[in-house]
Amino acid sequence: MDEKLLEIRNLAVEYHTDEAVVYAVNNVNLTVKKGETIGLVGETGAGKTTIARSILRILPPPTARIVSGEILFNSTDLLKLSEKEMQKVRGNKIAMIFQDPMTALNPIETVGFQIAEAIQRHNKITHFEAEKRACDMLEMVGIPMERYSEYPHQFSGGMKQRVVIAMALSCNPELLLADEPTTALDVTIQAQVLDMMESLKKRLGTSVVLITHDLGVVADTCDSVAVVYAGEIVERGTVEHIFDFAAHPYTLGLFGSLPQLDSKERRLKPIKGMMPDPTNLPPGCRFYERCPEAIKECAEAPPPDVEVAPGHTVKCIRVKGDAA
Amino acid sequence: MVRFIIKRLLMLIPVMLGISLVVLILIDVTPGDPARMMIGAQATQEQVEALREELGLNDPLPIRYGRFIWQLLHGDLGTSLMTKRPVATEMWERFPYTLTLVVLGTTLSVILGIPIGIYAAVHQRTWKDNTAIFLSLISVSMPSFWFALLLIRFFGVYLGWLPISGVDDWKGWVLPSGAMALGLTALIARQMRSDMLEVLRQDYITTARAKGLTEGRVVYRHALKNAMIPVIMVIGGIFGVMLGGSLITEVIYSIPGLGQYIMTGLYNRDYPVIQSGVLIVSALFAVIILIVDVIFALVDPRIRSQYTRKEKRKAGRQLAKETKTVETS
Ligand SMILES: Nc1ncnc2c1ncn2[C@@H]1O[C@H](COP(=O)(O)OP(=O)(O)OP(=O)(O)O)[C@@H](O)[C@H]1O
Ligand SMILES: [Mg+2]
Repeated sequence: MDEKLLEIRNLAVEYHTDEAVVYAVNNVNLTVKKGETIGLVGETGAGKTTIARSILRILPPPTARIVSGEILFNSTDLLKLSEKEMQKVRGNKIAMIFQDPMTALNPIETVGFQIAEAIQRHNKITHFEAEKRACDMLEMVGIPMERYSEYPHQFSGGMKQRVVIAMALSCNPELLLADEPTTALDVTIQAQVLDMMESLKKRLGTSVVLITHDLGVVADTCDSVAVVYAGEIVERGTVEHIFDFAAHPYTLGLFGSLPQLDSKERRLKPIKGMMPDPTNLPPGCRFYERCPEAIKECAEAPPPDVEVAPGHTVKCIRVKGDAA
Repeated sequence: MVRFIIKRLLMLIPVMLGISLVVLILIDVTPGDPARMMIGAQATQEQVEALREELGLNDPLPIRYGRFIWQLLHGDLGTSLMTKRPVATEMWERFPYTLTLVVLGTTLSVILGIPIGIYAAVHQRTWKDNTAIFLSLISVSMPSFWFALLLIRFFGVYLGWLPISGVDDWKGWVLPSGAMALGLTALIARQMRSDMLEVLRQDYITTARAKGLTEGRVVYRHALKNAMIPVIMVIGGIFGVMLGGSLITEVIYSIPGLGQYIMTGLYNRDYPVIQSGVLIVSALFAVIILIVDVIFALVDPRIRSQYTRKEKRKAGRQLAKETKTVETS
């Protein structure tokens, strides 16, 4: 369980648009252990999707650039692989579920074909076998296989998301990147989709990076949490630790003043103020402007990662190390 | 689907009636007298007047319109005032030339325009893309008759490789189809490029990449098929523009096609030729648009499902169920 599956080191990603350079991800470090589910939480625009897409190297060309860093997957640096080698990882060892199921499927191909295509790509099997396995995948996510030859527009949003999940899991990936897999769905279906992912995870031993805004989901399904703010991970640790001993003022703000695992508050709390403009980040702590506990030194230099307990780090100069 | 096609063909009837009425009115308000053109300048005013009466040119507009429609219903496109031959026969003789020209021009612009557009889109924002955009901008802005004359000067006169007029053998077709294709190649390339860029930005393309598909498969299977949908529409429109463009090209290269026929008809105020010519060309155009719509429906399941009736879909599902029971048993 303690074996590292994925280790992101000093990742920095920029978007070069016509007007400006967006510093979307800055110096991110993140580790995912085998079989672990890690939650990525943070406001909109914090850089969560960008982190997930960097892992698969499917950032939108030609604007996005991975400027520096290493992404070690089973000790291989994905960023050093050739495009061809990377293609063998995508959909096979690492798969992704996208934020918006309504647009994630090709409108003019049948859903069955779109699943079978992924299976055939990564397995040496006949076309017919791939189709059969795609049917099995559909049944597994609760869609009758008779609907194999239907097109995405004939499916509801929830069913489309199941198709995307079936596609992502069709090659038994070691790592699943789930980008807000339930945000676009209504509440009853949200629970179903999460349950489904949970049971699949148990069966296949897949590690999951779960991007979400829902703290309830984090509490229910995640082993650890990383809080993303303005392209940085400001706090990370086990779910229990973060919920009980959150130390970063931003995390505290998000979770409310008294975060508790059994709290009825599920959604992230809105915090006063705005995230800094990612094209023009402040030199010191990114949270300085909004921080209720900011001191003069905060604005001067970027705060270091402080380890407040084993595996629990906080990016804040006001927090003391193990001693505190 | 068949019902849809029949419905669309029936809808053509009022459109065609309207077009012929408009053409008739336009002819009516244009100066020039076919009777005078027929018997020449030395004829007396009385002779001209008598001929006008004989040809029925003095009848009021509704009567002339009625007569035209009545003839049309009997499959008669009228008789040319100049040659005294049936317009239908003359058009039928000339049709293959125009068809060849339009098909060659369209094919050429499609087989050049689509790859150029894809290439530019895939190399977005590099010098390759910029060159393609720049060249297509020049081509689109260049008047086609001028380009036709340039081609004649260079390949026909200066190099002497190709005949400058007439289409006696395949060589004769090269310059006219090239002249026709230039601007439209650029138009297709630009359309293809912008559609391709639009599609490549879509989420489902990222999904396709995330599956580990090769870039070739992502571009040519997932993106191209989607991006082609608007391009097909443009190609259909281009086919129509070509029909009009062939008018000038046929005159410049002396090709005895429909365009030249209608031009001569216009010049001579040969009313039956103008009327029937315009009618047939617009009917061709309408049929092409219909074909484009059918292709649309074949490519895009979202449109197709509007035409397929519910029972059919149910039948399909039933079939799937049966195969399933066969498989499991
Ligand atoms: N294609 C792009 N071009 C330019 N900037 C981009 C692009 N995609 C994202 N960004 C910027 O990068 C930053 C991070 O975006 P990202 O999509 O990773 O955020 P997120 O945390 O996933 O947000 P959300 O919760 O809304 O999904 C934002 O400031 C966003 O505006
Ligand atoms: Mg996102």
